[in-house]
Amino acid sequence: MSVMTIVQAINNALDIKLEEDKTVIIYGEDAGVEGGVFRVTEGLQKKHGEERVFDAPIAESAIVGTALGMAMSGLRPVVELQFDGFSYPAFNQIISNVSRMNNRSRGMYKAPMVIRFPYGGGINALEHHSESPEALYSHIPGLKVVVPSTPHDAKGLMIAAIESGDPVIFMEPKRIYRAIKQEVSDDKFSIPIGKAKVLTEGTDVTVVAFGAMIRECQKALVMAKEAGISVELIDLRTIYPLDKETIVNSIKKTGKIVIVAEAPTSFSVGGELMAIANEEAFLYLEAPPKRVMGFDTIVPLAKGEPLYMISPDRIFYEIERTVKF
Amino acid sequence: MIFNDYNPLEDKIFRVIDNDGKVINKEYMPNLDDETIIQAYKHMLFFRTADEMAVSFQRQGRMYTYPPCVGHEAIHAAAGMNMREQDWLVPAFREVGIMLLKGVTMKEIFLYYMGNEEGSNFKKANHVTPISISIGSQYLHATGIGYSVKYQKKDEIVFTSIGDGGTSEGDFSEALNFGGNWKVPVIYTIQNNQYAISVPVKNQTNAINLAVKSVGFGIPGVKVDGNDFFAMYAIYKEAVEYAKAGKGAVLIEALTYRKGAHTTSDDPTKYRTKEEELEWSKTDPMLRLKKYMDHKGIWKENEEELIEKYKLEVDKQFVEAENMPPYKLDDVFQHMYVDMPDDLRKQKADYEQFLTWKESKR
Repeated sequence: MSVMTIVQAINNALDIKLEEDKTVIIYGEDAGVEGGVFRVTEGLQKKHGEERVFDAPIAESAIVGTALGMAMSGLRPVVELQFDGFSYPAFNQIISNVSRMNNRSRGMYKAPMVIRFPYGGGINALEHHSESPEALYSHIPGLKVVVPSTPHDAKGLMIAAIESGDPVIFMEPKRIYRAIKQEVSDDKFSIPIGKAKVLTEGTDVTVVAFGAMIRECQKALVMAKEAGISVELIDLRTIYPLDKETIVNSIKKTGKIVIVAEAPTSFSVGGELMAIANEEAFLYLEAPPKRVMGFDTIVPLAKGEPLYMISPDRIFYEIERTVKF
Repeated sequence: MIFNDYNPLEDKIFRVIDNDGKVINKEYMPNLDDETIIQAYKHMLFFRTADEMAVSFQRQGRMYTYPPCVGHEAIHAAAGMNMREQDWLVPAFREVGIMLLKGVTMKEIFLYYMGNEEGSNFKKANHVTPISISIGSQYLHATGIGYSVKYQKKDEIVFTSIGDGGTSEGDFSEALNFGGNWKVPVIYTIQNNQYAISVPVKNQTNAINLAVKSVGFGIPGVKVDGNDFFAMYAIYKEAVEYAKAGKGAVLIEALTYRKGAHTTSDDPTKYRTKEEELEWSKTDPMLRLKKYMDHKGIWKENEEELIEKYKLEVDKQFVEAENMPPYKLDDVFQHMYVDMPDDLRKQKADYEQFLTWKESKR
């Protein structure tokens, strides 16, 4: 066991896979010598060589498009896109090719590849550096979308993502990249994609979140506890495929659901969860499902960002309103 | 080296025979025996026969669409004849001839244009990727495959192709930039057939030609007469040697003319003149190769009989494609994921339930 941050845990997962599988290749903007702007790949080029861990020219469509070619011809590329908002130049390759190659070729060519990028706000960054595009990618048939919230999960999910036969969008919560430290096993382990985790059991209301919002929810849970509210907190861990069973079982128990996420509210993962609550647990609902999510606006720059970001007290406020409905 | 002698910055064009089939460039005339030349012509004849039949099947309402390749035969034959079994073909969609020489069948091509993904599952062809409709995106896949074969130290060369319109896409430039930087064994071809649907190449770029785009990416580039089989053969041979020597990627602009429509849904009379078509018809790749063979007196086959034989073969494959078993619900779902999510299983099961209900009402 070692104490690791999310950055260190992902680095450790990549290191393990590079070590045991020569088909794993890592590249992205600044991913080689520097180890990425957040240092997630730090030291990997030195250890595994420039042929396997390297800097890519700046062109996201090319990073993803070439990775697909590699995946179709026997490699397992793990590519880094520098920021959430810089994944869009690669959108066409992701949607029109990566997600479809298996289907298009009737299984002859598969796309075992991982597209990593840091996502989310709260770091006082420039435009395009604070976005949560999980709904965009989860809407695309053929992709899997993973978002860890702890160092342990980040390591186990990254190993599962690299070993997946399907392409995986791996969104890393940059706001808590180094904010959480946790004992993580040094050995290889994986966490199955598509399984949520009940972090706290409770009886009054179900709160569903993922990524960096988990920590904010945990702060809200302290306030809820003081107010005598028993909250069941679920960490989705995978956005697609969604672990409906865990969510529905929890709603059946509590009768109420509050969804917390940073992305704009409309047409979001929150909307999907509300649909599931209605489709699968309609008769158990005792209050309208509630989304505590971003405005349908651009994430403001640093001065305005606190107004946009979901704070623990706002989460508590909505939890209390839902419970008292 | 052809790449050195025909500098695209000077807008030179590499050509070996003229429109009358006379050798005008002895230095670079490829050393091919008569049998190989005859075989090349037969390939081209088969491509054109199959192509014309495909258009006619579409006109009969037996196939949804088809992008005719007529006029591109020299490029296709020369590329295919320079490819080995282990080499990769990463096509767009107007590469049917090359695909056939790589082992793809007309049955598969027909299946695809009848609207069946099974037509992209090339069962007998090694290392041919599916037809790519998203313009330009295949250039990047070829580049990645190039990295892959280089990294795995495999003796494989990657051939990819794009149209003149595709060179305006970002993926074209990004691919050449990455491919040049990575020194991948990729032969990038531009089939410049003068039109992207209705838009003439002069409306795509202010560059003096398309081969010149190689200069900015630090790779050799050359403009070739794509209707000259010998020129195309010679350039591919040189490109293959260049790649085998580990020198990296090259860009070949093959100048040709799309004699047919963009697809069967297109009407070229709206945007080009009969005079222009007539002018280009003098450069027809089959006509020129035939004239060359006639000068040499090596063509002794009965062309009409050959065409009849090819027609029977193509017809047989078309009927096989038409008689494919009906598309099943399974076919919609089964290749979306290696590891199918429960949601998809449930969506399929729900639909099966509906089908059972529908059946019970009959």
